[in-house]
Amino acid sequence: MATVTQAPPNTGSPAKPPGDNAGGGGWRSLVPADGNPHTTRDYSPPPARTGIWVGLAAITMSFAAFTSALVVGKGSTLAWPHIELPSVLYFNTLALISSSGTLEIARRRFTRNGETAAARLWFYATLGLGLIFVSGQYSAWLQLRSEGLYLATSPSSSYFYVLTAVHALHVLGGLGGLSRLVAKLTGPVPSLRRSTLYATSCYWHFMGLLWLYLLLVLWMKL
Amino acid sequence: MHDHAQAAQHAAPTGFIRKYVFSLDHKVIGKQYYGLGLLAVLIGMVLSWLMRIHLVWPNTPIPGLGLLSKTGAPGGVMTPEYYLQLMTMHGTLMVFFVLTNVPFAGFGNYFLPIQIGAEDMAFPRFNMMSFWTTFVAFLVLMAAFFVGDGPPLAGWTAYAPLSAVGADSGPGEAVGQTLWAISIAIFCIGQLLGSLNFIATTLDLRTKGMTLARMPVSTWAWFITSCIGLLAFAVLLPACLLLILDRVAGTSFFIPANLVVSDHLQPHSGGSPLLWQHLFWFFGHPEVYIAILPAMGIISHVLITSMRRPLLSHRVVIACMMSIGFLSYMVWGHHMFVSGMNPASSLAFSFPTLIITIPATILTLIWLGSLYGSRLQITAASLFSLGFISMFVSGGVSGFFLAQPSIDIYLHATYFVVGHFHMVMGVAAIFGMFAGTYFWFPKMTGRMMSEKLGKLHFWLTLVGTYCIFMPFHYLGLAGNVRRYSSFVDDFMKPLMPVHKFMTIAALLTGAAQLIFLYNLIHSRFRGAPASANPWEATSLEWTTASPPPVDNFGGKHPVVYHDPYQYSVEGAAKDYIMQDSPEPAAD
Amino acid sequence: MGKFFAITIVIIALASAVPIVRHTWAPPQNISVHGSAIDDQMSETMVEAGFSFLAAQFVLAVLVWKFSSRPRDAKVTKFPGGAKGLVIAALILVGSEILALGILGQKAWASVYFTPPAANAIPVQVQAGQFAFYFRYPGPDGKFGPLHPEKIDEANQNFFGVDVDHDPESKDDIVTAELAIPVNRDVHLLMHSKDLGHSFYVRELRIQQDFVPGLDLSLHFTATKTGKYEIVCTQLCGLGHYNMKAYLEVMPQENFDKWLAQQAALQ
Repeated sequence: MATVTQAPPNTGSPAKPPGDNAGGGGWRSLVPADGNPHTTRDYSPPPARTGIWVGLAAITMSFAAFTSALVVGKGSTLAWPHIELPSVLYFNTLALISSSGTLEIARRRFTRNGETAAARLWFYATLGLGLIFVSGQYSAWLQLRSEGLYLATSPSSSYFYVLTAVHALHVLGGLGGLSRLVAKLTGPVPSLRRSTLYATSCYWHFMGLLWLYLLLVLWMKL
Repeated sequence: MHDHAQAAQHAAPTGFIRKYVFSLDHKVIGKQYYGLGLLAVLIGMVLSWLMRIHLVWPNTPIPGLGLLSKTGAPGGVMTPEYYLQLMTMHGTLMVFFVLTNVPFAGFGNYFLPIQIGAEDMAFPRFNMMSFWTTFVAFLVLMAAFFVGDGPPLAGWTAYAPLSAVGADSGPGEAVGQTLWAISIAIFCIGQLLGSLNFIATTLDLRTKGMTLARMPVSTWAWFITSCIGLLAFAVLLPACLLLILDRVAGTSFFIPANLVVSDHLQPHSGGSPLLWQHLFWFFGHPEVYIAILPAMGIISHVLITSMRRPLLSHRVVIACMMSIGFLSYMVWGHHMFVSGMNPASSLAFSFPTLIITIPATILTLIWLGSLYGSRLQITAASLFSLGFISMFVSGGVSGFFLAQPSIDIYLHATYFVVGHFHMVMGVAAIFGMFAGTYFWFPKMTGRMMSEKLGKLHFWLTLVGTYCIFMPFHYLGLAGNVRRYSSFVDDFMKPLMPVHKFMTIAALLTGAAQLIFLYNLIHSRFRGAPASANPWEATSLEWTTASPPPVDNFGGKHPVVYHDPYQYSVEGAAKDYIMQDSPEPAAD
Repeated sequence: MGKFFAITIVIIALASAVPIVRHTWAPPQNISVHGSAIDDQMSETMVEAGFSFLAAQFVLAVLVWKFSSRPRDAKVTKFPGGAKGLVIAALILVGSEILALGILGQKAWASVYFTPPAANAIPVQVQAGQFAFYFRYPGPDGKFGPLHPEKIDEANQNFFGVDVDHDPESKDDIVTAELAIPVNRDVHLLMHSKDLGHSFYVRELRIQQDFVPGLDLSLHFTATKTGKYEIVCTQLCGLGHYNMKAYLEVMPQENFDKWLAQQAALQ
């Protein structure tokens, strides 16, 4: 009662060689409508497009961990003095959100109209607003210190510093990416790849969204 | 003209440094990870010998140990604290630098791009950075041996407050513990970069015709592992940061108020020790699946070639690996059943823990069912793969006890747990590494390993590891507590003969590994030349030269016409059809 | 060589089972009320796990014996039913095992954690600290005095940090280095950690519970047999972890009352 392990070969049409565009398919596995099961179309995105989302997933997970830690930490102690958020934080928020706006303007100028020079100016604006954000965060820390709230003063102050500092560190990384982007736009022949622009922009916008989230958590929990 | 996905093109490197040290080539990076893992496993194994020798011959001086640490082992006789310090380093090295490095980063880096027909990983520079970051983490960890009063003694799990309050809690808890935390944080970054590469490469760089369904099972295992790893290490990194802050910056994330350690009232307040456990195990449990899934992928891949037939169902195997990956995030509390967390949570965690038995059982049944009716070839690689199945069953079955909170009341923190995780991680996963080595060595080096020595290595290791680790379970049933440097309790002293048996088995089995080492090194230089496809296997790595050229396929882009396991196809000329062969195959 | 593998696996499997079947190394006799439920569950699990272990190893051995060293032209055949049958078998077998054990397990767990201590339970506070356990009985007033960590003074035997001069409830507290309890009476153990994580483990009682610094945890149990048993620490707490232990003495009620009176006189 031995049963054949494989079906007999398909003796119909032999395998057609794949067309020039046939490729892996990115995160989708696609077989073309012409029914030939031996080829696929190439929809592979450039790796940077996938990579940035993978990276953002990891960053999201890290901040999810920080958030859980904060929630569990708050729930396990009575010693959780309320922290009045320094007002400069709201100004910083405005700067960061505006920088997303300027980034979008820059990005569209570059990709749709090829206006490299104009785009560069708007990228500089983004960089500038980003720097304003980071220095604004620093002044928030200075303000807390002037109130006697340091990193180790209380659990709530600790979380304030850690969350804002880790976010600011990531923003600095984003500033590095933006600088690299501007450098690629400078000079006689711009060498900026669309996938790099995409990745950098995604990252920067994510920093803004992340900050809005953190601000909400800090405002609610601290 | 659309962006055709390809790895960032890099020219063939010149010069020794570019070729072998700071190389962008995933094959070199894979070998570097493997080499680092080999170094780590040797150190880790020696540490385990030291531990086992101390347990049964506590007053016998160990030659040379006094040189490593004058305070830890004066005159070569180990102190209780040094036992714990060596134990901590043993666990840390093995779990992080061996089990995450070799089956995943080592073999995965080398073979994932080739198995999907790509020239390299998606981000070669990130790839190079990931290895060197891991190497720096290794150096920072090893530095703990040589500082102050030595390595930390809090175990690889580093529970707070023991690990958080600093020097007051014991020797090694000052600089040593801080170095540990920094090392692991750096390690996390290396792993995140690595996972990023694996995921982007798998999704974007598959060659023509290589749909996700047509990827080999080993590639799937690496892909799923990298997804798990991305999220798990992203949680461990914040945890380590908070621990470092508690230690050096006076914060109290994990330290509550009113602790009196070594007569000092600690200046911390407001923290939660359980928070560390939750964060750590949220990483820690997926970590053990990161250790085992690549081994499952490797032995499946090896067995398919050895059996001359595909597994009963490719899709079911992949679905099982995916569900194990998914469930691994829901079970972390089973390490904390009696930790003081809400007992209702313990019950909640036990259910997904028990449920994870289902995909594990299905996998085992599929492996067994695929053996039925096959034409199994016995090689060193296939023996280790079969041994994996045996070990996985043994280790998995003890997990069944530990998954139930009421039974865990008795078995928690006994040698039963130690036996369980050593069988699955310390043996089964290692068998996966051996299987991968024997199988892929010809491809990586262009030379064959000695099959005779490989088989001898297998027999000694199979019997040896069973002799070492089976008795752990019996000791656990008797209540033998773990992480003890000596057994002075009334009920543990009578168990010493079992411990002696285990120690001798460990030393003998350790010695047997020299056969593997010799085989590895000797074959590297003197092994018989290997053809491109010595095992008559079908996946893409066997279509190219041994070793592959720098761009893997010598300028060609392979085209794939069917799934990778066309073995014993009825009516075909040979009993295998390469994946890049347009020859009609079964669907 | 496949046959050699099969034989080796069978020998290993059988040899592994022998100490289990012969109870060579087994849990000591249970002396607690809730412990029998745990023991029942352990036995049931052992039967199922043992069967699965032996069956899987035997099947592996048989398959390797039969299907290794077949001739080159032997036909490769498929397992009857293919993957589908195996998936269904796994779902049913493992699923029912899980259900049975899960539901059974709830009862045993609940009897430890979801039942309150008896009305006449004896409260005893146990403090774990590097590297000893100390016990405190509330004395005739039935109340424990508050703890002041800054007052801990081991040299003067003030292990808990009580202030007898200022806290009236502490005056009659009885501090001991061993845990004595009356047999067949519920004991309500209040667990306090002085410094780090520790754990309270008595094999015969089928009790194990971590101490968490900063958390007030408690446990209750009833011992059913007199005798002297070891309490050991099972949560890594530093270099003296291996030596951190105390004795549990279960004695008849009258003996316990005498013992407590003696201890009170020594305070």
